[in-house]
Amino acid sequence: MLQIESRTFAKERGLFACVQCGKCTGGCPMAMKTKLNPRMIIYRVLIAGNGFNLEGRDELWDCTTCSTCSSRCPKQVNPMEAIIAMRGAIVEKGKVHPNVKTALESTFRNGNPLKLPRDDRGLWAKDLNLKAYAETPAEYLFYAGCTPSYDPRGQKVARALVQLLQSAGVDFGILGNDENCCASEVRRLGEAGLFEAMVEENTEMFKELNVQKMLTVSPHCFNAFKNDYHTVEPGEKFDAQVQHYTQVLAGLLKEDRLKFNGSFAKKVTYHDPCYLGKHNGIFDEPREVLNHIPGVELIEMDRSREKSLCCEGGGGRMWLEGTNPTTRLAQLRVKEALDTGAEVLATACPFCLLTLDEAVKHLNAEEKIRVLDIAEVAAQAL
Amino acid sequence: MTNSPRVGVYICHCGINIAATVDVHAVTDYAARLPNVVIARNYTYMCSDPGQALIKNDIAEHNLNRIVVASCSPRMHEPTFRAVIEEAGLNPYCLDMANIREQCSWVHPAGTMTTEKAMQLVESAVAKATRLEPLQTRQVSITPSAVVVGGGISGMQSALDLADAGFDVTIVEHAAQLGGHAAQFYKTFPTLEPAGLLVHELIDRVTTHPHINLMSEAEVTDVSGYVGNFNVRVKRNEEMTNVPAGAIIVATGFETFDPHRKPELGYGKYPQVMTTLEFEQVFNRQSQIVNPKSIVFIQCVGSRDQAIGCGDGKPQTNAYCSRVCCMVTAKQARLVREQFPNADVTVFYMDVRAFGKGFEEFYDQAREDGVMYRRGNPSEILKRGERVVVRAEDTLLGEQVEVEADLVVLAVGIKPRANSEAVAQLFKLSRSGDGFFMEAHPKLRPVETSMAGVFLAGCCQSPKDIADSISQARAAASAAMIPLMRGIVQVDAATSYIDEELCAGCGQCAAVCSFSALSLHPVRGKMTVNAALCQGCGSCALACPSKAIMVHQSTFEQVMSQVSALADWNRLSLPVEAEAV
Repeated sequence: MLQIESRTFAKERGLFACVQCGKCTGGCPMAMKTKLNPRMIIYRVLIAGNGFNLEGRDELWDCTTCSTCSSRCPKQVNPMEAIIAMRGAIVEKGKVHPNVKTALESTFRNGNPLKLPRDDRGLWAKDLNLKAYAETPAEYLFYAGCTPSYDPRGQKVARALVQLLQSAGVDFGILGNDENCCASEVRRLGEAGLFEAMVEENTEMFKELNVQKMLTVSPHCFNAFKNDYHTVEPGEKFDAQVQHYTQVLAGLLKEDRLKFNGSFAKKVTYHDPCYLGKHNGIFDEPREVLNHIPGVELIEMDRSREKSLCCEGGGGRMWLEGTNPTTRLAQLRVKEALDTGAEVLATACPFCLLTLDEAVKHLNAEEKIRVLDIAEVAAQAL
Repeated sequence: MTNSPRVGVYICHCGINIAATVDVHAVTDYAARLPNVVIARNYTYMCSDPGQALIKNDIAEHNLNRIVVASCSPRMHEPTFRAVIEEAGLNPYCLDMANIREQCSWVHPAGTMTTEKAMQLVESAVAKATRLEPLQTRQVSITPSAVVVGGGISGMQSALDLADAGFDVTIVEHAAQLGGHAAQFYKTFPTLEPAGLLVHELIDRVTTHPHINLMSEAEVTDVSGYVGNFNVRVKRNEEMTNVPAGAIIVATGFETFDPHRKPELGYGKYPQVMTTLEFEQVFNRQSQIVNPKSIVFIQCVGSRDQAIGCGDGKPQTNAYCSRVCCMVTAKQARLVREQFPNADVTVFYMDVRAFGKGFEEFYDQAREDGVMYRRGNPSEILKRGERVVVRAEDTLLGEQVEVEADLVVLAVGIKPRANSEAVAQLFKLSRSGDGFFMEAHPKLRPVETSMAGVFLAGCCQSPKDIADSISQARAAASAAMIPLMRGIVQVDAATSYIDEELCAGCGQCAAVCSFSALSLHPVRGKMTVNAALCQGCGSCALACPSKAIMVHQSTFEQVMSQVSALADWNRLSLPVEAEAV
């Protein structure tokens, strides 16, 4: 039996505030295609007396933690966090999908969920001659993150961003092989213990290096450092200024430090990543960057900003197919982008980049549309 | 009477409210042993007729000159017991109350410590009572006219009632037209009467009434004075007018929730999405919608909602139910079915609250008329071709559903006006947590405010429909008539007073006074207290560097005697001096 003490659980998670209005489920992108029903799962917890059985609830692993549910709840209930906590109870009993186990074990051992060696983490920047933050002080710590460090597609984004920052004269350094996973996905897969340990480890390192300003490539790392790290007790609090790179670029454009000498003459539509938009309310800065690039014609999809459709890559879903792999949200999203007539689908998240890229291939639409990160678009116009 | 104090102490059981927690007999025994106490009694309900008779008889029989009642909060029954001792020939200010209910029996468990706390409170009250002085209340004549702020249906109705009773009324309305929001409505629920007729009947009566002076496109800029004698400064076309008034009715109305704050609903982005208020106007013009096939209503937009916008978790104040939207929706849904019999009409709801007279029947009829009610709070509205699609969970099915629509109507909630804080400061009103103006007591004083002589009517106090607004408007007018008809107001004697020997006229007291009760005497160079404005709060007495200000009923000596009684307390075995009954 995989029981949680539902009364305590509901009380700790504020679930008694739920009025069963269904606003969470009405907008849940996974409720479109799987059995996941955040409202009903809360209801079942509420009426369960004091024991709720999680056995067989595979749909809990469908959740992408996009936060549509929690950002719209009129009673400030957070169904997404409740689902993460239920995953936690399952992880505690060890009854998880082998892929989850592998990702968690790899994060613990290698400092990344990709089963790749620690010593290869800095390879993406090998030929770039960047400042080693640990040795030479710099204004910003450039936190690359796992996907931009290891994934060939992600590496291109990291390198484009380096080009942009250098052209604007930003003083930054990287950690290279000493960089460790931010553990955002670990937390969302329910492994609270490992998450806390990694937060302590990373915080200790950042404090030692006296990190004051940090920029990240991924919105997931950004969100973890900005919103999750300080919630972990005990230990030192991480209180440096953390920015997503689109915020930094928007600031550089405003200060007139970043200038485009070339152009990018294409119709571009922008896909809001969940962890930048819905989670953190950053809708304007990425658009400011795109609008500054000469030649870019920005066209909005109907589902933009708060209504952006999740690409299905968050919440550990990069390593989990979910209960319905035949319908893919990323493919729906690419179709929406195609409907606008855009030639480029821009985004600002490595997970979105990979899922959308794959969807374009599945749809045989490579001739019509390209998926690019905003950093890549901007770097082409330097 | 000021010669040696003879105190009677009366300990109330309040049924079991006090007696179940406090040993009232032990407290009585204890009180009887205190200095100056002639008699101590306990009784089931001191406020009842037999309880009051006990006090009156004792005053005569034992020649008592100070009374202590240990019972509930003085807010509840101080006026009662003051009247009792006055009838028995004592000055009403020779009473003190020990609150052994709200501050003792209701908040502590039964036991010795709770009983001892009651003893302390009684001892402290006795200490003060022995030092109380008789005071004289004063009477002030009043200006027999009123100002009504706001010319919506509530303001107009209040003004009409006061004017019909013969009082001159000035209505101050910021807009050019009377009628407020109700003037925009098409038909009313549950009777489906044309709202225009109803509003225009009020407007006609107001504009032709000999006792009503209408100041439109005007605003109140300052209020001074006190109950019975206010001076309301009104600005109109850059021109200032002073309007004297005995009473003021605030009927400043409401705003509707701005659905831009719910970006997922696409209001302002999709022309097909409008508010219920805008839809009323569509009915009035009857030209906007061309042969719709599907119309969706969404309830609770900006009501029962503690979340704002996206992700940042800031609380907003619309946690309450706006009370009218369910019926507005039912009304509009029925009218739409009637006008477009071939259109599908769907109402998405969380709960249908049809609580008023004839409301449930009206809702029944809406379903009979073919309005489809589906339970669920829609999550988002998207574009689909020329139409929009409402995405929701039908919670009764437990399934995500999509309903395509030519028109979506958002039942927007009622919220306080954006200038509420400024208005509250102008009239010295309190606001409740939801932002609306606060009544003096939610049950017993629903139209009064904490400011004597200022009354509330309509949606500025809380969301209401037309019927409830009219009821409250008439209640506010009735309450305002009490001082106006009496012609005088009693001014509480428990106010501050100045020792002119000590006062240097520095004005520090005036700076802290919330009621503008203190001013510098132009000739004597000393501060003077306007007793009609003073609420006896004591802030001035604390601010005065020369200790030149005292507050009647809370002099330094009186307050310090209470403090000493509490601070030095130990349960002395005092000799029996008095009779414990």
